[in-house]
Amino acid sequence: MPTMLPSLVIDAVGIAVAFLLMFGLWRMSSPVTAPNGIKVAGVGMAAAVIASFLYLFDVSAAAKPHLPINIGLALVALAIGGGLSWWGGRKVAMTAMPQMVALYNGMGGGAAGAIAAMELFGSRAHGITQLGVTLLGALIGAVSLSGSLIAWAKLQGVLKKPLRIKGQQIINAVVMLFTLVAGLYIIFIEQSGSVPILPMQGLIWLFFGCAMLFGILMTLPIGGADMPVVISIYNAFTGLAVGLEGFVLQTPALMIAGMLVGAAGILLTLLMAKAMNRSVSNVLFTNFGDVAKQKQGAIKGSLKPTAAGDAGIAMRYASSVIVVPGYGLAAAQGQQKLYEFVKLLIAAGVKVRFAVHPVAGRMPGQMDVLLAEAGVPYDLIFQLEDINEDFSNTDIVLVIGANDVVNPSARTDKTSPIFGMPILNADKAKQVYVVKRGEGKGYAGIVNPLFYADNCNMVYGDAQAVMAMMIEAVRGLGLSAAA
Amino acid sequence: MTIDGFVAIYIFMLAAFAGWVIIGRVPAILHTPLMSGSNFVHGIVVIGGLYALLNASTVLEQCIGFVAVLLGAGNAAGGYAVTDRMLAMFQTSGHQGAHATAHKTVAHRTKAKQPKKG
Repeated sequence: MPTMLPSLVIDAVGIAVAFLLMFGLWRMSSPVTAPNGIKVAGVGMAAAVIASFLYLFDVSAAAKPHLPINIGLALVALAIGGGLSWWGGRKVAMTAMPQMVALYNGMGGGAAGAIAAMELFGSRAHGITQLGVTLLGALIGAVSLSGSLIAWAKLQGVLKKPLRIKGQQIINAVVMLFTLVAGLYIIFIEQSGSVPILPMQGLIWLFFGCAMLFGILMTLPIGGADMPVVISIYNAFTGLAVGLEGFVLQTPALMIAGMLVGAAGILLTLLMAKAMNRSVSNVLFTNFGDVAKQKQGAIKGSLKPTAAGDAGIAMRYASSVIVVPGYGLAAAQGQQKLYEFVKLLIAAGVKVRFAVHPVAGRMPGQMDVLLAEAGVPYDLIFQLEDINEDFSNTDIVLVIGANDVVNPSARTDKTSPIFGMPILNADKAKQVYVVKRGEGKGYAGIVNPLFYADNCNMVYGDAQAVMAMMIEAVRGLGLSAAA
Repeated sequence: MTIDGFVAIYIFMLAAFAGWVIIGRVPAILHTPLMSGSNFVHGIVVIGGLYALLNASTVLEQCIGFVAVLLGAGNAAGGYAVTDRMLAMFQTSGHQGAHATAHKTVAHRTKAKQPKKG
């Protein structure tokens, strides 16, 4: 049969692709091999895309007359979608990485949803299993698309405040129920062949509309600092949707890659939730900020502002400094100046290290990437469990744009909404400087007793501007001091 | 080749296990590149989109298929671009030291040249 060879090639490439994608991700487990890992995976992806044009030897009879147009459409879609995204990905600032990843992730979910839609509109899926899997993938993909877009809008600053309305959970549940009923009804109609109350196309549109509405409603109330969990979970969702549609299309490469990412995303989601000492459902379904408005215990001490220059000079004469970066550093684009300052300290013989909390920033590991971008070598960057013991014998801790991740009430105050969350023990150092834009509280409105502690001084100002002043002050000491 | 329900469950189970084990090994410092890397991996959906689009037989299907390929290609290309960019930035002190020395050597040379000029 003439069509045998192309499908054999497609299958062979499929196996190679599945291997290359897995091998690529596996190489990503160390900073040394990781750059090579993504390239390996990239080769696999390119091979898969090229080989998939062999499908044109194998199209259904109904599609034969449309083939030239379809091929043209495919090439245009590849060029536009791939080109724009590539350009965006090359150009975007490192601080905007979370929203970019959210956007690409939403695209993947949308693609999976669109594939499902085609199966449904073309009535290609038959049998309860196929239909059920198609609809489930469609549901997850559509939620991932609309949810990721809302996450993008929040991270980009288009949506400024978490939107919370009364009875939101009930509304969400009703929308979800409606989606499920629409899905089951579609299966029932397809199976029984009876006449639906709505035209079939209308039903399918309704199903997708409800699923996307659910994604929007579910994401709207979630606050900025919970974004690491949200981005991870939508990543997992898209993976699952892709895997399920892979089953519908009978493409093992999609099934393997999709489920791999699904499992990886779920693992990462659990890690993030654990780092906040909250369950995933707590992040998704409770309005975190509301809890924080409860009365809090009286705070001893006062806020003691100090000049940036003084703090900078104090660090220059310390023997050990730990820097704790947070989202405020990213927001102020202060990472370059921070490392410039740290290099001055290192040149003066100060032992400087960075301590990164797992959920600092707006996506898992965002601070690590920002520091890497500024040129900070990764052996100076330490994760919570590796450095937390060292705070007590450190001279100075510089907290820059972080708040809740160094809030000691997580350790002591049982009434605090973040009680039990693992925190960086910045308060145990001899001296703490906190760089902050103003006297405002953290995102959840939680008072941070660290700021009022005897060993803590506040440096108010934009992180980038403050770092510039510190650099100037230390440079001002002149060569004699630097020696 | 047809994959029935049970074979599918085997594939899903093994793939999920592989994903769990592979990601479990990744250090926290690489979580962002890992996330965008796995984001790139599910960009494989683009080949599903291509299959569906090539088999489209109505205008509606062609439109949806076009969107599927457009979004899938965006997912794959964008995911690759950002992951590659981020991973290139991770360096050790040793690496940087090498860079710094290189800079210093250049600086030395320029300094060495200057007296000659004077």
